[in-house]
Amino acid sequence: MTYEFDFAWLAGYWPVFARGVAMTIRLILVGGVLGIALGIFCAWGRALGPRWLRPLVALYVELIRNTPFLIQLFFIFFGLPAAGFRLNEVEAASLAMVINLGAYSAEIIRAGIEATPRGQFEAGASLALSPLQTFRHVVLIPALQKIWPALASQVVIVMLGSAVVSQIAVEDLTFAANFAQSRTFRAFEAYFLSTAIYLALAILLRFLLLRLGDLLFPHKRGAR
Amino acid sequence: MTQFTLLDILRNLVFATQWTVILSLVSFIGGGLLGLGLLVLRIGGGRIFAPVVRVYVELFQGTPLLMQLFLAFFGLGLFGIDVPPWLAAAVALILWTAAFLTEIWRGCVEAVPKGQWEASASLGMSYVEQMRHVVLPQALKIAIPPTVGFSVQVVKGTALTSIIGFTELSKAGTVLSNATFQPFTVYGLVALIYFALCFPLSQAARHLERKMNVAHRH
Repeated sequence: MTYEFDFAWLAGYWPVFARGVAMTIRLILVGGVLGIALGIFCAWGRALGPRWLRPLVALYVELIRNTPFLIQLFFIFFGLPAAGFRLNEVEAASLAMVINLGAYSAEIIRAGIEATPRGQFEAGASLALSPLQTFRHVVLIPALQKIWPALASQVVIVMLGSAVVSQIAVEDLTFAANFAQSRTFRAFEAYFLSTAIYLALAILLRFLLLRLGDLLFPHKRGAR
Repeated sequence: MTQFTLLDILRNLVFATQWTVILSLVSFIGGGLLGLGLLVLRIGGGRIFAPVVRVYVELFQGTPLLMQLFLAFFGLGLFGIDVPPWLAAAVALILWTAAFLTEIWRGCVEAVPKGQWEASASLGMSYVEQMRHVVLPQALKIAIPPTVGFSVQVVKGTALTSIIGFTELSKAGTVLSNATFQPFTVYGLVALIYFALCFPLSQAARHLERKMNVAHRH
């Protein structure tokens, strides 16, 4: 192997990478918060919602979990405008991430809800809590507590999966690497750098989410 | 100028699907074999190899598959080989699959109760005999549902190889969408074909899991 690695070009490109990182973080913030919210709604809909809602949620979850994120993204960005629903690339990427994470987190949260003993519902009702209050205080919070590590992993997976949004010209971290390599012809170095940044982001995001879990569900700490 | 009917689109997509299937099989089988080797090192590799495998798994699970494909594509090129997209795609997907399967299977081996090890040790079995006759048969049973479940991730993962220029279902979808100006129909069909490939696998995984849970309750 006679190739010589060269990272000197980086000096001129770090702002591109910084903007890319900022976009990737922005996408996972929006996707993470709204995606988990959608997941909670769907988990409620499938486990306890009205009868007509259950098959719809099941269909949504199965459709998303059994198709690639890339195709979901293309369908939203290229396909939906043909049906009269036009989004710019950042909106399309955010929507795709919310829909994707929503389906996965619905399944994860549902598993937590189904692990709640039946007696808990009855106990909630006997305390004169409304069904919604029971759901929130008695079912949802303990369920989230149980499955929080799995949910954190899924958010990290979606963040890593967001690398493909560069394919619809969203200027994220992968886009920065593509841009740098097309100008410098240092493809391996550019992708090596962006891969290292993704790894750091994944470790950091996972750490922060687990800390957030400790903050949101404080009494779990003693139990551990 | 030729016009594409819906049937033409569908025929082209189904034709490209064979490459998605072939690449999935290659990745799953290759990744499974490599994963098995890594599993042996992870469990019995002592202080030197076990941490190496751990870092390997961490690296592949902590970075985007797309980046791994790019690095395989351009990295193999550094050795002066002209890298065709299928080669980079297969190499990256095999390495990626192996990392995940190793981690899944390690969990399964560890799920075998400690008493089983102790019981077999008390029968005077060697480490290899314990593995061969007691631990692995039980771990294998636990491993089947999540392994089948992961095969869905492999099929979906092959979609990313379109980005480095491998012509499979997703790439065919992009080409047809550009040729016909019917992205809604084309990507809708592409999604349905992926669904047809993946849904039976995830249903099978769920069914196997349920069956095993029933067996466990007894």
